[in-house]
Amino acid sequence: MPDLLAARSQMAMSLGFHIIFAMVGIGMPLLMVMAERRWQRTGDRVYLELAHRWGKGTAILFAVGAVSGTVLSFELGLLWPTFMEHAGPIIGMPFSLEGFAFFTEAVFLGVYLYGWERISRRAHLAAGWAVAVSGMLSALFVVIANAWMNAPTGFRWVDGRAVDIDPIAAMMTAAAPTQVVHMILAAYASTGLVVAGIHAGGLLRQPRNGFHRRALAVALLVGAPAAVLQPLVGDQSARFVARSQPVKLAALEAHFPTQRGAPLHIGGWPDEAAGETRWAIEIPYGLSLLAFEDPHAEVKGLLDFPRGDWPPVAIVHLAFQVMVALGSFMALVSLVALWQMWRRRDLTRHRWLLRALVLTAPMGFICTEAGWVVTEVGRQPWIIQGVMRTAQAVTPMPGLVVPFLVFTALYVGLGLVVAWLLYQQVARSPKVAEEDAA
Amino acid sequence: MTGLGPAELVAGAILAALTAYVLLGGADFGGGVWDLLAFGPRKRQQRALIAEAIGPIWEANHVWLIIVVVLLFTCFPSVFARLAITLHIPLALMLIGIVLRGSAFSFRSHYGPGHGEETGPGARTSAHWGRVFASASVGTPVLLGICAGAVAAGALRAPGASGSGGFVATFVAPWLTPFGLSVGLLTLVLFAFLAAVYLTVEARDPALREDFRRRALVAAGVVFLVAFGALGLSLREVPPVGRGLTTGPGAVALHVSTGAAALAAIAALWWRRFRLARLAAAAQVTLIVWGWALAQYPYLVPPDLTIRDAAAPRITLVLILWALVAGGLVLFPSLVYLLRVFKREHAGP
Repeated sequence: MPDLLAARSQMAMSLGFHIIFAMVGIGMPLLMVMAERRWQRTGDRVYLELAHRWGKGTAILFAVGAVSGTVLSFELGLLWPTFMEHAGPIIGMPFSLEGFAFFTEAVFLGVYLYGWERISRRAHLAAGWAVAVSGMLSALFVVIANAWMNAPTGFRWVDGRAVDIDPIAAMMTAAAPTQVVHMILAAYASTGLVVAGIHAGGLLRQPRNGFHRRALAVALLVGAPAAVLQPLVGDQSARFVARSQPVKLAALEAHFPTQRGAPLHIGGWPDEAAGETRWAIEIPYGLSLLAFEDPHAEVKGLLDFPRGDWPPVAIVHLAFQVMVALGSFMALVSLVALWQMWRRRDLTRHRWLLRALVLTAPMGFICTEAGWVVTEVGRQPWIIQGVMRTAQAVTPMPGLVVPFLVFTALYVGLGLVVAWLLYQQVARSPKVAEEDAA
Repeated sequence: MTGLGPAELVAGAILAALTAYVLLGGADFGGGVWDLLAFGPRKRQQRALIAEAIGPIWEANHVWLIIVVVLLFTCFPSVFARLAITLHIPLALMLIGIVLRGSAFSFRSHYGPGHGEETGPGARTSAHWGRVFASASVGTPVLLGICAGAVAAGALRAPGASGSGGFVATFVAPWLTPFGLSVGLLTLVLFAFLAAVYLTVEARDPALREDFRRRALVAAGVVFLVAFGALGLSLREVPPVGRGLTTGPGAVALHVSTGAAALAAIAALWWRRFRLARLAAAAQVTLIVWGWALAQYPYLVPPDLTIRDAAAPRITLVLILWALVAGGLVLFPSLVYLLRVFKREHAGP
């Protein structure tokens, strides 16, 4: 395995692993404080039990997120020292702010988890909110740094180094707003819907269990609105990419020749050698319309760019299709569920809806991984779009396949353990008769 | 080199964050060491006290390390790149230790005994995680110390600069030295010493307190031996550090203070003045870290990367200093609150 490929694989694997725990670290605290708030308002102890259990789940997921995040902060240098040497002074600012947000999250998560008996109810709930808000801020700052890699600003690149650095301008990169909102919504949608799916499954087996019923209601309140809004933000994000990274747009749409009135490809297989996409469903004018709000707009195709600037088209296109397809399904199911809740219908009567929720449970995480592939692989061969190539940034250390395999084994093992622990916890869900609940 | 500019201030902030990591995060690793070495009639209570002491705070304590890393790559990017390239192997191993320590501790705390099952498969799994947590707590500080030793020894030259560019010469030899290992060992025993001293304050049961008092006294003795061993090796192997450590500006005063703090810690432990012992032990370890910093000032990575030369553009430094102030305004009240909630009521005499 060549060193560059090993380094990229290790980074992709580390990010792909961490992103799940990071998202849960944003979403779960919201679930847990909403349950606690309902307990404090209604006195219904089932909600207290939910807050305890969700807190416990958050604890191990946050711990794994914290340590895997530490690994990433080092890996930025272990794998890409040249990148960090140049980008650090420009984009280190949001990383520093993220450090403080993460600090706050860690402090108040400690207070929340261990402080049930030590502080007042109000202080405890406030600690929960502090965790939820600082978790969201962490995402904000980290994604700003990533957005800068897609649309770098705040410096001039002269003779292979950055001059006239302006870290504030760098943080204001135009790619940030849509990317940040897209990521935070992804965290709420994925976390909310995975929990909703688990308890929808519980209700299919025990339709009268009030524990699952309450859990499902809270989880849907977090996950479903985010899932409904997500395609709208995604659309904004794609339009921004169309202007700022036309190669990436062409790759994710598998769009080869430059065209006016370009069609939208659904599915299909991009043949890079032949420069065409086969077996796709084509929606006439679709791409021009979506990307530029004009059916006759010209959309630049991959063939207009040097081959050396193409990302791996097939991977990016496939990942984009997966993200859009699953994301749309999640939005649809969420919309139906919200409609039923709005009309105060008993969700458990609709077994088809519960089944659909079970089906959507893992989709948020699959979507997020796919979306991450779209933005990261879609930026290749650049590590800083248009400025520095990934190959220029990699460490001179040879034998990088070894750390790649070691960290992969470590994370696979860790992932299995976490999955097993959470499965055990879910399997031991209490039974709450409806009568107690009412 | 005269005067303090923003670069020196950020370097000072990095030193402060590193000191906080050593005093707080280091003690959490030390707790893991005593978990591994738990023995005697109160073995279970020892482990329970350690878990209780670390549980609510280890993640917050761990963030100091991330602050160090982030400040380093933002404000001294060439230093970060140099360390990341030449210390790739020990840093990667250290990260494995960090991952295993944190996850295993969390798995044990939240899904172990005390959460519904005292025996059976759950308790066995939990003992298993306890061993992972404890072993990782031993290995990680050693690797951290090895990295620090390599920096202090001035062995981390730019790759390819030294002429012979072999794999071992570039990526192994600079850190795998007797001096490096001695600093690794010193880091480990210092962390264990800190943890034992802190635990004497946190223990409520007098017998348990005595357990950790004895451990703290033994650890203090071992610290003396290892510290002199490391100093001896530094004189033999790494002249620049040895000179800085023994004759550098203010070095003598610093050494006298460190020695005084060490003796004060031992005396306070002996006479069971545990809060005083905690203060003295923290002062001793702080002075050791600062002594190292002073010895290599103005170099961040001797022999060539100084604070001034390696610093990022002024605008970045100034903005980071403001960010540190703003972050500190949120962080310090939060930390004080955390410690007040969890460390107040069961304080010892």
